[in-house]
Amino acid sequence: MSSASALRVPTAPAVPAPAREQALRPEVNQAHVRFIGLGKTYPGQAQPALQGIDLNIRRGEIFGIIGRSGAGKSSLLRTINRLEQPSQGRVLIDQVDIAPFDEDRLVALRRRIGMIFQHFNLMSAKTVWDNVELPLKVAGVAKAERQQKVRALLDLVGLADKHQVYPAQLSGGQKQRVGIARALVHDPEILLCDEATSALDPETTASILELLRDINQRLGLTVVLITHEMAVIRDICQRVVVLERGQVVEQGKVWQVFGSPQHAVTRTLLAPLQGKLPAALQGSLLPTASNRDAALVLKLVVFGEPQLSGLFADLGGQVSLLQGGVETIGEHALGRLIVSVRGSAHDTHGVLERARRWADDVEVLGYVD
Amino acid sequence: MWTERLLQGLWDTLLMVGVSSLVALLLGIPMAVLLVTSDKGGIYQAPLLNRVVGAFVNLFRSIPFLILMVALIPFTRLVVGTTYGVWAAVVPLTIAATPFFARIAEVSLREVDHGLIEAAQAMGCRRWHIVWHVLLPEALPGIVGGFTITVVALINSSAMAGAIGAGGLGDIAYRYGYQRFDSQVMLTVIAMLVVLVAVIQLGGDRLARGLNKR
Repeated sequence: MSSASALRVPTAPAVPAPAREQALRPEVNQAHVRFIGLGKTYPGQAQPALQGIDLNIRRGEIFGIIGRSGAGKSSLLRTINRLEQPSQGRVLIDQVDIAPFDEDRLVALRRRIGMIFQHFNLMSAKTVWDNVELPLKVAGVAKAERQQKVRALLDLVGLADKHQVYPAQLSGGQKQRVGIARALVHDPEILLCDEATSALDPETTASILELLRDINQRLGLTVVLITHEMAVIRDICQRVVVLERGQVVEQGKVWQVFGSPQHAVTRTLLAPLQGKLPAALQGSLLPTASNRDAALVLKLVVFGEPQLSGLFADLGGQVSLLQGGVETIGEHALGRLIVSVRGSAHDTHGVLERARRWADDVEVLGYVD
Repeated sequence: MWTERLLQGLWDTLLMVGVSSLVALLLGIPMAVLLVTSDKGGIYQAPLLNRVVGAFVNLFRSIPFLILMVALIPFTRLVVGTTYGVWAAVVPLTIAATPFFARIAEVSLREVDHGLIEAAQAMGCRRWHIVWHVLLPEALPGIVGGFTITVVALINSSAMAGAIGAGGLGDIAYRYGYQRFDSQVMLTVIAMLVVLVAVIQLGGDRLARGLNKR
């Protein structure tokens, strides 16, 4: 097989990354999946579905792609196993450009990449067992080995007793478990999840996410998932990229992006997770101080557990806690507080400076009388 | 004597319909697969081939059977060496039934969810794997239903073939029932045909239902 040309290691062009990602930028040789200047334009459409995507996905991480519907998430995910053909740029898997692959090499590549789907995409005419066995069968794996593999995987996903059942008789969560078992039969290095929990209820979603996390840790495989549910990203991803109109608008570690989203789109997407202001407060917020006694309302984000004594000492004046809580994202605690500071309207600048000493992200929400 | 004549007619009808529907099945499914997979967005996309096969199917579908039968006489003589009898009827019956069945099977194949094809590609299926393990099994209940319709349509056409000397129940009904005004023969043949069609329809429906796991 003349694989020399396809195996060439391409030279890496400089990847422009947002400033905050600079420090986190992985070594190039760590990248499991790498997008370089990726673009996709569908025939007959003026607006490209993807443009100028430069990303590295590291080996063994759970990587999330979020964005509004139509942002290009699905197209991006599908370039990894070439269900979608890029119009520009390259996709490298383990440093190998997959664009020139013929059918043989593409089939071999796809056996290294499992994929699960929003609507499960199980064969309705095949039993659970036959669905999971199919990828092995078409790969010409011997029967004894197939049986051993399918049994082990149905055990892993907790469906050993359902092997003779047809998909129509299963619940959504069970169908997705079959999908996961099927995606794992070739011991893939990468698992692509296309809105894998979007058709499931919250409880089932939690159990499927638990399973994905378990697989990621036990088998060490790289998971790339797309979703429009922010909670999914928060619960299992380590890093996240935000897409808007086919472009990357923000990327970074999940706890940082969720803690202090920089881009307006990210803020909008995250809004449902961030707790609303109490209605009464929302109604009385003013953009400027109406008098010297007005209180300044701040939103403070702290990476870690907030030390409140420090806050009160630093801010001075009359500090009231209006709302607050600590959530855990990955192994990181993230404190989010809304406070009002009275008696300092004349010195907003000073208050902000002191607040910034204490908090990692400070946002002025407004003033109340 | 009448019993014997009617049974012979039944046997001829079953033979004509059986052979031509079997050949239509064997030729129609590949034709349907070709029509679906060579279409735009299909796994063996080939627009020109698709258009040629599609036009060919439409051509034969648009010719009424009686005319097709007469027009095919030279071809029939070439294939089976005669233009008279059961085997001579099999040729035009098959040629009429194949495109008919191919179009019905095509509809069932098209109804297979594109997500399943995508899933098969993602799991490392080659294209012929997708045809064999995904498209055909998933469309099978619909194909069985379509085949039942084809067989019933063939019984219909075979009666017409009987009228130009192919034998079968249609021939008996025409010669004795129509030309000799023997209404008893006519009614008996009608009753036999009704039972035959009912049995085939019932069997086909049951099989299709059993195969459908959705």
